[in-house]
Amino acid sequence: MSVAIVGVGQTAFSRNCGMSIRELCFEAFKEALIDINLSPKEIDASIICSAPEYDKQRSPAGLISEYLGLNPMPTFYAESICSSSTTGVKVAYSFIKSGLHDIVAVIGFQKMSEISSAEVQERMGRGADVQWESPFGTMMPAGYAMYARAHMQKYGTTEEQLAKVKVKSGKYSLLNPLAMYRRAVTLEECLKARVIASPLKMFDCCANADGASCVIMASKEKAKKITDIPVWVAGVGAASDTLSTTGRTNLTGLDCAVNAGKQAYKMARIEAKDVDVAEVHDCFTIAEIMAYENLGFCKPGEGGKLIEESQTYIGGKIPVNVDGGLLSKGHPIGATGGSQIRTIVAQLQGRAGKTQVGDAEVGLVHNIGGIGLYGNVVILRR
Amino acid sequence: MISLSFGKFGKKSYISETRVADFVKYLEEGKIMATRCNKCGKLYFPPRADCPDDLSTDMTWQELSGKCKLLTYTTAHFAPTGFEDDVPYTIALARCEEGTAVYALLSKDINENEIHIGMDLQLRPLQLPNGKITYELRKV
Repeated sequence: MSVAIVGVGQTAFSRNCGMSIRELCFEAFKEALIDINLSPKEIDASIICSAPEYDKQRSPAGLISEYLGLNPMPTFYAESICSSSTTGVKVAYSFIKSGLHDIVAVIGFQKMSEISSAEVQERMGRGADVQWESPFGTMMPAGYAMYARAHMQKYGTTEEQLAKVKVKSGKYSLLNPLAMYRRAVTLEECLKARVIASPLKMFDCCANADGASCVIMASKEKAKKITDIPVWVAGVGAASDTLSTTGRTNLTGLDCAVNAGKQAYKMARIEAKDVDVAEVHDCFTIAEIMAYENLGFCKPGEGGKLIEESQTYIGGKIPVNVDGGLLSKGHPIGATGGSQIRTIVAQLQGRAGKTQVGDAEVGLVHNIGGIGLYGNVVILRR
Repeated sequence: MISLSFGKFGKKSYISETRVADFVKYLEEGKIMATRCNKCGKLYFPPRADCPDDLSTDMTWQELSGKCKLLTYTTAHFAPTGFEDDVPYTIALARCEEGTAVYALLSKDINENEIHIGMDLQLRPLQLPNGKITYELRKV
């Protein structure tokens, strides 16, 4: 393997963080660099990742690269909504693998509280095909709710099984000091919560947040000089699907995740059963259940049973989202993928503290943009 | 031909110009139209002005029967800007008998407990206030 992750950083995910986007990014960047004693001047290129509809700043890569001291090296902007920062990781991998750059910083951020809730509500409506679907008043939870309804119909998945994903998330949130919601939630609370878009209720949905993440990647030669515990990028897969709901043929799984996963497994020369610990994009509880199936942790239709049997807890068949996931951490769109990477890197370096999954060697990150629109899967190994 | 009339489509429209703006004219005549590629024969709904399979822009309008079956749905209790007063409303995806899919609201006269995946539905134009027009899925 020729490309490694050498450093990771993340701010707390919160609301009204008291910082501007440049300061959020600095905090994540600083954590990553101080840990490996690297100077910004040693970084060859930067990739800045966010969803621009939440930014006041036009072309944020310019602002962030200046504030982090990364001029005059080139800086690039990557966007694939909620999966922007793993898109940045894939681009950084290509830069390093091609020999264009040796050390690349991938910085993801989002300050969703920068704009008013009315502005957020207006942007929500434009996430679908604005010509043919937004005129019906759709939004993100409705899109995933339609998958949940189809999954329940086809496989008998229950609202209790969906709720159990949140119960697991709540349990692990107590061990993550950077999570926005740090509290255990009971099955009863989940089931009694107000309906957002049936069958999804409040605790089935993640929340908007402010935050930043940073991933420092390097060539094999540089990585070995920087750290004794590099984490190798074994596989990177990426795929897209139709933006329109009418273009989808599979309504019980995300084809972009299946396709990205196949690419990443093939490149890493592993199978699903070889993964020791995973971070999946649980923007909604149904999304985590579909991820189990789409990544091959269980057969299609058996995701509900997998959580029911607690197989995705630490000690189970495949521990998933042991940092609380998006459901508890919050989802600062552009920062989320980098946060998932940070969790897996800590696991593979044996630095995950109370959530350490045994002697984890292989980890997987599944990061989805939109309602199954963009799928990124990254496989890491120590 | 560029036309601004697409701005009439939907409770809230986000775009005004499209080469398939005649869709609205047909909708006002009570017809729900798809487009068919004259080169490969593929049928598109929502209608497209261009076929990516053979890079053709030679398309013909074709009326849909409106007969559909429900594929999936959700009842939204929160809404984006412009739809706040309509909640709760049920968004549905249905399969047309011609094979294409349609994304639309279920008619308000269908009770939530009557809704089931696989049910027969009829796609019909729906006149909205302020000269706007859309389509909706009704009970058969």
